Amino acid sequence: MMIDPVSGEDRPRSVTVREITRMFGDFAAVDRVSFDVGAGEIFGLLGANGAGKTTTIRMLIGLLRPTSGTGTVGGWDINTQFEQIKKSIGYMSQKFSLYNDLTVGENLQFFGGVYGLGSLEVAARIEELEEALELGAYLKRPTAALPLGFKQRLALGAAILHRPSILFLDEPTSGIDPIARRHFWALINELAAGGVTGIVTTHHMDEAEYCNRLCIMHGGKVVGLGSPAELRAEHRAGSIEDVFIRLVKGK
Amino acid sequence: MSEPAVRVEGIGKRFGDTVALSGVGFSVEAGEMFGLIGPDGAGKTTLIRILTSLIDPDEGEARVLGYSVRTEPGRVRETIGYMPQRFSLYQDLSVAENLRFFADLFGVAAAERRRRTEELLAFSRLGDFVKRRAGALSGGMKQKLALSCALIHTPKLLVLDEPTTGVDPVSRHDFWEMLERLRSQGVTIVVSTPYMNEAALCRRMVLIHKGRILAAGNADEIAGLFPGTIYALFGGDLRSISTRLRPSVPAEFVRILGDRVHVIVLEDARGAIEALIDSMEREGLVARAAREVPPGIEDAFVTLMRNQ
Repeated sequence: MMIDPVSGEDRPRSVTVREITRMFGDFAAVDRVSFDVGAGEIFGLLGANGAGKTTTIRMLIGLLRPTSGTGTVGGWDINTQFEQIKKSIGYMSQKFSLYNDLTVGENLQFFGGVYGLGSLEVAARIEELEEALELGAYLKRPTAALPLGFKQRLALGAAILHRPSILFLDEPTSGIDPIARRHFWALINELAAGGVTGIVTTHHMDEAEYCNRLCIMHGGKVVGLGSPAELRAEHRAGSIEDVFIRLVKGK
Repeated sequence: MSEPAVRVEGIGKRFGDTVALSGVGFSVEAGEMFGLIGPDGAGKTTLIRILTSLIDPDEGEARVLGYSVRTEPGRVRETIGYMPQRFSLYQDLSVAENLRFFADLFGVAAAERRRRTEELLAFSRLGDFVKRRAGALSGGMKQKLALSCALIHTPKLLVLDEPTTGVDPVSRHDFWEMLERLRSQGVTIVVSTPYMNEAALCRRMVLIHKGRILAAGNADEIAGLFPGTIYALFGGDLRSISTRLRPSVPAEFVRILGDRVHVIVLEDARGAIEALIDSMEREGLVARAAREVPPGIEDAFVTLMRNQ
């Protein structure tokens, strides 16, 4: 396989975007953005508010069409195949989309229904996730009573019930304690080892450090793309936070 | 030595069966930036609400600028500046009207109010936006306005509850610069954050977990409490390196960080882990191993949590 000059990754591509632009009136929220994400890669999308991050994600998950440009997510066309894209992705947000009054098991059953899984399939999948996410002890407990770190895992469980090949993670570990955070990222790495691609959006540099590669956006454009180590070296910065400030503020 | 700006002794607080704080004690010196560092649910907000006299502790005492939070709550509130976690701004009032409102609330006289408003508008660079409704400001600007409102009565002590949560990195950077400017003017600052990388911006700090203090000191002292060594392992297949390490160390001691694996090695496991790393190097799985990566606050936090 050819080594791709954009991704630098010798693996099948999970996401590709080429020159995608999204206009709102005269304003280019996203301006000719291109990148590739390899299968099993953990890819971070960083940017200040208004940088174009959210608009980019909306186009990737089939909620918004690009004004121009092309791209694929899981092999599906972002200009035409929205329904297929929605079925092949999982989405987990820091603002949990869980029902607090339902038990852990009920939440998983609910999301299984949402994704159109049969009840036998859901039961089998819950059993698998119960073990992988160590949720067994909590299955019958109301979600509201879970420690924050376990809510995070449950949210992840709900997002991967239907075995998506691409997982979108929005500030997934913001505010949780450092041990729970490290366990969570170990889980993400296990999923990635199984070929699941992680696309992480975050404001927090302690999350950015877990990504294989980072894409830094500013004013709708990509201003930095590379591994955390490459970006630090290129900008002679001690941390990704410093890289970010330099790129965005020109310091 | 002069009296500390904040002195907290043996603070305990329960909510029903939940112990929110237990045996919390520390002092903040006048003119320093002091951090309350801990994850969500650690007890930071409860502690701040006690320091600002909004709730009483069940046990212990806190004195703020010489006033007791128990017996002189009115004094405490009028002397300190407090920026709560949720914005306390009136969304329908303009920038200028919000400042005016807080000035009146704190009884700032008209001449002083005008002088201070001008000063704060320059400080926060909100001068061009005085007529804009607070609700129509960007997140970063709202936060600067909330800070300005908390400063309208020129407090000597400023208490901020997670001011940077949900704020983008550029605004966060600007905000910390503003705090540092205030500190250099002599304002004592107590600030809480769940972000370990912000701890380094504080002169001293306490790490809080489950209502207790895990550690106190400056960043170097806290990193000095870290009881092991961190190794950075480089190679083509980081996930296999992690898998090989995992049976020998707790999950939270191994981190796959983009292009390397960090592993925390405690003294009693050093021989075994070094042998494992050597064998992975011989097999070519580990291309390079760097020893003695400097520990960060989070590394100290993780090992201290385990010992708790």
